[in-house]
Amino acid sequence: MTQMTLGGAINSGLRHALADDDKVVLLGEDIGKLGGVFRVTDKLQEEFGPRRVMDAPLAEAGIIGTAVGLAFRGYRPVCEIQFDGFIYPGFDQIVAQVAKLHYRTRGKVKVPITIRVPFGGGIGAVEHHSESPEAYFAHTAGLRVISCSNPQDAHTMIRQAIACDDPVLFFEPKRRYWLKGEVSEELGADTLPMGSARVAREGTDVTLAAYGPLVPTAMDAAAAAADDGISIEVIDLRSLSPIDFSTVEKSVRKTGRLVVTHEAAQSGGIGAEVAAAVTERCFDWLEAAPARVTGFDTPYPPAALEEAFLPDLDRLLDAVDRVMGRRNSLTGWKATA
Amino acid sequence: MGYRAYRLKDFWQRRRMLSAAAIQARAVHERELRVIVSTTHEHTRTETLAEGSDQDMGPGQLEDIVQLIRPDGSRAESPGFDPWVADVTDDQLVDLYEDMVVIRRIDTEATALQRQGELALWAPLLGQEAAQIGSGRALRTDDFVFSSYRENGVAYTRGVDFGDMLKVWRGIASAGWDPYAIGMATPAVIIGAQTLHATGYALGCTYDGVDSVAIAYFGDGATSQGDVNEAMVFASSFQAPVVFFCQNNQWAISEPVGLQAHRHISDRAPGFGIPSMRVDGNDVLAVMAATRIALDRARSGGGPTFIEAVTYRMGPHTTSDDPKRYRPADDLEEWGRKDPISRLGRLLESRGALTGDVTKRVNDKADAVAREMRAACVALDKELDPMMVFDGVYEEPHSGLERQKSQYAAYLASFEGGEQ
Ligand SMILES: Cc1ncc(C[n+]2csc(CCOP(=O)(O)OP(=O)(O)O)c2C)c(N)n1
Ligand SMILES: [Mg+2]
Repeated sequence: MTQMTLGGAINSGLRHALADDDKVVLLGEDIGKLGGVFRVTDKLQEEFGPRRVMDAPLAEAGIIGTAVGLAFRGYRPVCEIQFDGFIYPGFDQIVAQVAKLHYRTRGKVKVPITIRVPFGGGIGAVEHHSESPEAYFAHTAGLRVISCSNPQDAHTMIRQAIACDDPVLFFEPKRRYWLKGEVSEELGADTLPMGSARVAREGTDVTLAAYGPLVPTAMDAAAAAADDGISIEVIDLRSLSPIDFSTVEKSVRKTGRLVVTHEAAQSGGIGAEVAAAVTERCFDWLEAAPARVTGFDTPYPPAALEEAFLPDLDRLLDAVDRVMGRRNSLTGWKATA
Repeated sequence: MGYRAYRLKDFWQRRRMLSAAAIQARAVHERELRVIVSTTHEHTRTETLAEGSDQDMGPGQLEDIVQLIRPDGSRAESPGFDPWVADVTDDQLVDLYEDMVVIRRIDTEATALQRQGELALWAPLLGQEAAQIGSGRALRTDDFVFSSYRENGVAYTRGVDFGDMLKVWRGIASAGWDPYAIGMATPAVIIGAQTLHATGYALGCTYDGVDSVAIAYFGDGATSQGDVNEAMVFASSFQAPVVFFCQNNQWAISEPVGLQAHRHISDRAPGFGIPSMRVDGNDVLAVMAATRIALDRARSGGGPTFIEAVTYRMGPHTTSDDPKRYRPADDLEEWGRKDPISRLGRLLESRGALTGDVTKRVNDKADAVAREMRAACVALDKELDPMMVFDGVYEEPHSGLERQKSQYAAYLASFEGGEQ
């Protein structure tokens, strides 16, 4: 076990993947000498050389499209998109090619591409640097979508993503890059079932489902609620496509209440999918309508407003009060629209 | 509108008032120039093919370049380009000098404001003053600028209010100004996107029967993006009156220009059917001449032009960047010798135009601007009403958003009156 930051744990996971399989190649803007703007690829070019760790020309469609060609040729490209908001020039290559190539060729062509995306807000950045675009990709058949919330998962899950023969969108919670924790490098790709959720804290009254940057916030909420006599079970979804509904279902059948949270906008989001599935699967067990605590259906705001936009402890607890039937901000609220 | 945004319009008007003879002479010169520009490309091409060496023709090198002021301040003759700045008097050169000193000062002050926690981030333009002033001051007020985030010097030439210039960097707005008020779109952060916008705007100008021109500013890194290449296709296909102004500052964050291009960036445009020029981007006069040529061509129905202004990013990519991780130390020394401000200063000195009075006036102006900017910055509220998060998403009411807004208002109200 070693103390690592979440970013450092991904770095060490990438190092293992590069060392274990010489078909693994890294491709992205400023990932070489600079080590990436978040230093997640720090020193990897120095160790593995510029053919394995490639600084790419400034073009996301180019990065993803070139990765498709490398995959055709048997390589396992790991692409870095510098910030969430810069994935869109590569969107066409991702949804029209990466996602569909396997289906199109009935599995003749494998697409073991990993696309790493630092995502989410909370770092006081300018426009396009704080977005949460995961739902677009979870909505696209053919892609797997995962997100880590702590250093150990970050380490294991990046190795798992790279080892996976399907394309994986790997969403890294950028504001948690500096979060520290114990990491065992023994826990490699095959030590975790792909796509499994994790019960991060057990509880009996409310199921609180979160992923990526909001898992620590959900843990804080559970601790605060415990003081109030409410027992929250926190589920770290880890995988957004597929979603491990059996873990969620088991929890909700126990608690009878669901709150689901993400930074991304509410409409058509992961929370909608979780709430719908829970309603379908656990209708008879539910004590209250599922509640979503999410970013608003607005573009990500300027930094001075991001605290208003981002789900936080208070908003989570307010939703917990709502599903518990306690007084909350919507008590007496009249819908105007 | 502050700060002499109109000055270059004056330049333009003066140019218009040139005698018919001068205009005719210039037309002849332009024909010569077209030959020079196109043969330059031919020359480049054959030379590269013959020698087959990318090393010599690297995209950061300075050969085949238009230069009117040498780094030592002496004036280089250029029959093709000189006529385009023949009307620029010593007084106007002093004005350009002042502009460059002022925007360097703006840049230093903003960097200091960032260090002091007043700004969240800043993208320095240090070293790129001539490229931005020489081109920005060649524009008319009815022209329209589509820029990236580093063009604060261009924004200055458009007369942007200092508070507006800093809002984005202070983290209190997604964009700082009203594009129509200063003839400049708010900066594009998505690399390259604005080149297509410029092309469409230019097309609109021709449809409207006006001779306004759109100019797109972007970096060397941006030239790798699909958008920029598509913009050149569209501009060429529609013969849109647009100027593609690439500041090749040698770096895209940590990536040297050689990663984006094995040849001069200006060599690409002719392949799209767009004439291009490669100018010394640290030479304000050469930049101005090239921009005027491009604007003139656009206004007279000649379609798009591509300008590569070869310069150097003397600072970090942004205040969050640490160039020591990737930049060779002697680069700064080498490019320091080509500094845009000191070279114009030397030229002015040699003409006796940079007197003590002038220097004092220029420095006083820079001081005053820095003071004004700092005051404007700290006057901008850092705290915003949380409900502002819902503003401006749509022009017309949107029921889903209205509902979220109303729920959030109820949520905020629930905090009033303390513990419930
Ligand atoms: C589509 C997109 N991808 C990546 C980025 C991140 N990024 C911001 S600036 C930059 C480098 C730009 O270099 P260049 O075009 O040369 O302009 P300069 O910064 O040198 O002015 C990069 C990669 C971005 N803003 N947009
Ligand atoms: Mg650049």
